[in-house]
Amino acid sequence: MSWQKTFLSQLDEAGIFVKSEHVSPVVEMWQIDDKHWQHFAKLAAEHKMRWAAGWAEQVEGLFYVHACFEKSGDYVLLRTTINVSKPELPSQATVYAAANRSERHTHDMLGIEFMNHPDPRCWTRHKAWNKHDYPLRHNFSVQGSPAKITPPDTGYHFIQSHGVGVYEIPVGPVHAGIIEPGHFRFQAVGELILNLEERLGYVHKGTEKIAEGRTPESLAKLAGRVSGDTCVSHTWAACIAMEQAAGVEISKRAALIRGIFAERERIANHLGDIGAICNDVAFTFAFMQMMRLKELWCRTNYELFGHRFLMDKIVVGGVVVDVTEAAGKFIFTEIEQLRVELADLIPAIDLNSSLEDRLYTAGYLSPETAAHFGTLGFVGRASGQDFDVRRDAPYAPYDSVQVKVAFEDQGDIASRFWVRYKEINASMKLIEQFVEQLATLPEGDLVADWQTPKAESYGLGIVDGWRGEIVSYVRFGENNTIARFYPRDPSQLNWEALEKAVLNNIVPDFPVCNKSFNCSYSGCDL
Amino acid sequence: MLNTFKKIFSVGMVTEKYKAAYDEELETLGIEIKRRIDHKFTGSLAIRAVDAGSCNGCELEIHALNNPFYDVERFGIHFVASPRHADILLVTGVVSRHMETALLRTYDATPNPKWVIAMGDCASCGGEFGVSYASCGAVSNVIPVDMTINGCPPTPLVLLKGLLTLMEEKK
Repeated sequence: MSWQKTFLSQLDEAGIFVKSEHVSPVVEMWQIDDKHWQHFAKLAAEHKMRWAAGWAEQVEGLFYVHACFEKSGDYVLLRTTINVSKPELPSQATVYAAANRSERHTHDMLGIEFMNHPDPRCWTRHKAWNKHDYPLRHNFSVQGSPAKITPPDTGYHFIQSHGVGVYEIPVGPVHAGIIEPGHFRFQAVGELILNLEERLGYVHKGTEKIAEGRTPESLAKLAGRVSGDTCVSHTWAACIAMEQAAGVEISKRAALIRGIFAERERIANHLGDIGAICNDVAFTFAFMQMMRLKELWCRTNYELFGHRFLMDKIVVGGVVVDVTEAAGKFIFTEIEQLRVELADLIPAIDLNSSLEDRLYTAGYLSPETAAHFGTLGFVGRASGQDFDVRRDAPYAPYDSVQVKVAFEDQGDIASRFWVRYKEINASMKLIEQFVEQLATLPEGDLVADWQTPKAESYGLGIVDGWRGEIVSYVRFGENNTIARFYPRDPSQLNWEALEKAVLNNIVPDFPVCNKSFNCSYSGCDL
Repeated sequence: MLNTFKKIFSVGMVTEKYKAAYDEELETLGIEIKRRIDHKFTGSLAIRAVDAGSCNGCELEIHALNNPFYDVERFGIHFVASPRHADILLVTGVVSRHMETALLRTYDATPNPKWVIAMGDCASCGGEFGVSYASCGAVSNVIPVDMTINGCPPTPLVLLKGLLTLMEEKK
């Protein structure tokens, strides 16, 4: 943690007083004065700290505003408090582009004005609640006061373009494929994309608000539905946060099983998406083969653990289902089979020249742009961002193994494709190691006893989901109930990078560019 | 290219190959569905999937219906890109208030006769999200629903069963 000392002395020189608190082995909480909020961000940016997440909450007459930064696997949870009667704070989005939409979300949900924010438009709010109502404030009821039929949000000011032959393509919210809803506004000339603007928020389900007052068990269930394809990792992150707050240690066996589930989730999604990328450039052979492998993988989940996506198998304190010796054996055989399948398929895909023609150089995201937006997961790792929570801020069970992180810096669709393939291989090895370690432990001992956490205790769960780093914040209120839950899905940061990656591509390549990112709408709109 | 052909031939047709109990049921179900679809829609049923506020779990299982194991198209059931081409709206998720108008417009754009299936616990009864300032809850709170398929998410096989039940109800 040597960089933190240097940085703290820099802050001291700049007259920024820091009150620090130890949260977990990788997280320190730093409380600063609200007037230094933006200045801190400037110094943090000079210090090459990555902006990871931002959220706020109301605690009686105050707003606690948080921003989470990371450097070399050490996290700083920055906090300041402002008065509800004068909710103003200098914006960090002027320094960190990654904070842009997050601050707009915080504004829409809590009414905090981020001064000098580069983009004053609303983000999460469409027309479901009024401009001067803020759902996450205490005086806003869960039911709100919605209109009989919520009208569409027609007043959003998209960037306009003028000139001969420039035209606009509005797409969504209901898309042609079987995917989540969102709106895309393209400006194009001929086939070329000049600009893309995303307008999301259509699947805003009030997740943060309805989390309030829940029990830990019930929050774990909700966390599993933040983004259905990431149910394991989101539940895991929320559980880590809750266990941290309550001071509950899970058993080694439970940690290993969580690891197996998370890596199985990663493999399932990567298999499906590699196929879907091929499908978007009309290579049906690879699509069908990959879908076949994914289906087999999901059926194993169902047969061994009772759910195709392993939903609700992680609970606070541990897991509800064991990986028995027989299940471990089956998993080993299955991995061997998958290796054989991929050894056939990947060369066949690699040697296909039409696929090469479509995937190489398309959807280019430069390492600079990726860093600018704090891009995460396989998207970041394909664009030179060498970061993985599992390796750089390891949590059990990853602290007991060596995690090999796939890395490329070409930044195109092909690069993302290969990173995902490499991640499948790495995950298979991890699962094998976890299963081997399980064999040395006695069966059972799956759920640790729960202890009611003190009111106001909080935790920050940080895990690496298949899309990348998930940051999950939980604060408890009285009597074992949740006072605040905020999950930051990696998509929130990757969506903005997608806007840049499609520039100068042709409109018909948008689907494959989009699929190569595969951001979550639900996890972003909350 | 040779690799591709080699793989195609060596894998063979998984759709027929798997006749374990699990898939036998699928086979009977599928044939039953085909018989009923033939009766109602002369062999073709066009489904438009609409995510009205799902977590994306249900979407993954709808995708699975099209994988070579279930290969739902062989029963005459296919997914279309526009509600204007659809006989059935397959709606997933609670209806978020931000999607309410979009769903109503999609419903209006679907020609009669049309059926609506609410897929998954959220769409059927509100699930984990229920009714709130941001969510209208179950799909039936917004548009008429002909049938519901429970599950979080429903497995592809349950989805097929659901389609069958709908046909029986409408008979």
